[in-house]
Amino acid sequence: MSDASDDFDDYDQGSEFDFEDESFGGSDYGDNEGFEEVKPESTKLKAYEVAHQVLSTADIQQRQDSQISQVASILGLSRESVTVLLLYFKWNNDRLLEQYTEDPEGILNKAGISADDDSKKREYKIKPVDGFMCDICCEDRPGLMTFALECDHRFCYDCYKQYITQKIMDEGESRNIQCPGDSCSLVVNNEGIRLIAEDRVYRRYLTLLNRTFVQDNEHLRWCPAPNCEYAIKCDDVSTKDLKTVVPTVQCACGYRFCFGCGLADHQPCICVLVKKWIKKCEDDSETANWISANTKECPKCMATIEKNGGCNHMTCRKCKYEFCWICIGSWAEHGTSWYNCSRYDEKSGVEARDNQAKSRASLERYLHYYNRYANHEQSAKLDKDLYLRTEKKMTQLQSTSGMSWIEVQYLAQASAVLQQCRQTLKWTYAFAFYLEQNNQTHLFEDNQKDLEMAVEQLSELFEKPIQELAGLKVTVMDKTAYVNNRRQILLEDTAKGLRDGRWWYQVEIK
Amino acid sequence: MPGYTKRLGRELSDLKTNPAIGISVFQADDFRIWLIDIQVMDNNPLYVGKTFRLQFRFTQTYPIEAPEVQFIRSLGRDIPMHPHIYSNGHICLDVLGSGWSPIQTVGSVSMSIQSMLAGNDRNERPPDDARYVASAPISPKQTRFVYHDDNV
Repeated sequence: MSDASDDFDDYDQGSEFDFEDESFGGSDYGDNEGFEEVKPESTKLKAYEVAHQVLSTADIQQRQDSQISQVASILGLSRESVTVLLLYFKWNNDRLLEQYTEDPEGILNKAGISADDDSKKREYKIKPVDGFMCDICCEDRPGLMTFALECDHRFCYDCYKQYITQKIMDEGESRNIQCPGDSCSLVVNNEGIRLIAEDRVYRRYLTLLNRTFVQDNEHLRWCPAPNCEYAIKCDDVSTKDLKTVVPTVQCACGYRFCFGCGLADHQPCICVLVKKWIKKCEDDSETANWISANTKECPKCMATIEKNGGCNHMTCRKCKYEFCWICIGSWAEHGTSWYNCSRYDEKSGVEARDNQAKSRASLERYLHYYNRYANHEQSAKLDKDLYLRTEKKMTQLQSTSGMSWIEVQYLAQASAVLQQCRQTLKWTYAFAFYLEQNNQTHLFEDNQKDLEMAVEQLSELFEKPIQELAGLKVTVMDKTAYVNNRRQILLEDTAKGLRDGRWWYQVEIK
Repeated sequence: MPGYTKRLGRELSDLKTNPAIGISVFQADDFRIWLIDIQVMDNNPLYVGKTFRLQFRFTQTYPIEAPEVQFIRSLGRDIPMHPHIYSNGHICLDVLGSGWSPIQTVGSVSMSIQSMLAGNDRNERPPDDARYVASAPISPKQTRFVYHDDNV
């Protein structure tokens, strides 16, 4: 376990852009100082990892630019027009080229580009026009600055500017800002916007364009973390793979999420089960289940009754009907045997009781998994709080014990691992809820149990008083590495199982 | 006070000096709310002999942004029956939302609505009238209408 700290150096490299060796225990870069052998094979991706790349706004811009240049050189059109075309075709090169070769004019028309734009390329100009009156503001003073696209729908500069500002800033439009003229579909292109709009509006326009570029591209996805401006590029995963892969990616900001559905890291559970599970937990279908497991209806007026004590002789509050809680039969037939019902095995009662037993069992099963799921969610929060408090104390400890900042970082790492493992554990329970019971599942449950035990032990260490904790550095670090190792084993095995179709589900996955 | 007073002033004088048949200004005391009375001129049995009242509400950004337009009830003024007009007066018409262009005017919008009525022969409300009216926002502009077919 002496290399635990080296493993974590990789974790800290999370701020770098290359995530092929994401997270813990991946490859050791050059900072190994030579007391472990170099492990070149560990640069290979694990079964539960997917290759991905983090793109900054500048990278995205650059990709757009090169795509525009490429298409522009093929079609011989201006970059402005090509941008509008690409936006219209949602950045799908192939579709654009195919349809454009078939019917160039029709496509230009549909995308909102003037057909004569590129042959005798006209320059956009803001200029005064004699005897002009603006149809928007009715201003007609001499020297009024005006603007028009190729369609010659001319408006004053101020109105044009306000129109474009409104479209960009208030409506968030970028790909399809049309000429303000009535039913004119000509698009104001990048050049036009740059000429007319104020600086801040133009910058916003470029940001919005970048967004559509990412949104339109199935291999790109924005990092969903608040205020994060990076996008993730992941080429090897398509929607149809999501039944066998959980494509978990990590952004440069540190946030881990699923590239398939955009939700927070939910390894090892596949997206469709995650959706089902979340829906199940949110729905009141379970409320209904609880009601059917814990209440009975008055056989006469059907009012729902929860029996919370007392004898079996029920009198419905609503309709005053008297019946037996055990067999739901009329009380009148019970004679004087008040405290036990001898009619229990009668046929009509058996069916009703079977149904109740079934829904009670199904509720119990759900609650079993749900409680564990919710428990890890809750514990993750508590662990984090605990860590924050500990960190504060650690800072104090630093000044008294003479430990340096770097020396107390093992706690930060332990906390991070704990968070991640709880996240994983949480989803193992959702996954297990849907798994068919067989030998494979037992293996899964063993892995789950091992991870869970290790996590709870590490979590317990955190609760030690601060003075003790300082002396437990090696123990904490060992435990951290072990816990992380258990997590990898579980993920590796589940991912392989997914790939090999080893898991059988109780529900149909589409 | 809207920024475009000159434009609204011009529109008002146009409406008064060159009124379109069946469209008249009932009230336009300021540049915030105008009331326009409209009649359907052909002999459409649904609307013959009736007058309806449209309310235009202008925001600071008119005419860059569409005005808020709806029918209102008043003495002798009912909400016309139409499969795109809800019983609270809200109108599902694309020029009032995504189809708006700054060169549309109160006059042109009134005429669009007039012709929308003229072309209708169904004495009914939109299918989701009850549900919509129960939860409708005060301003119809808050509603993202899905413009069904323009033929009705």
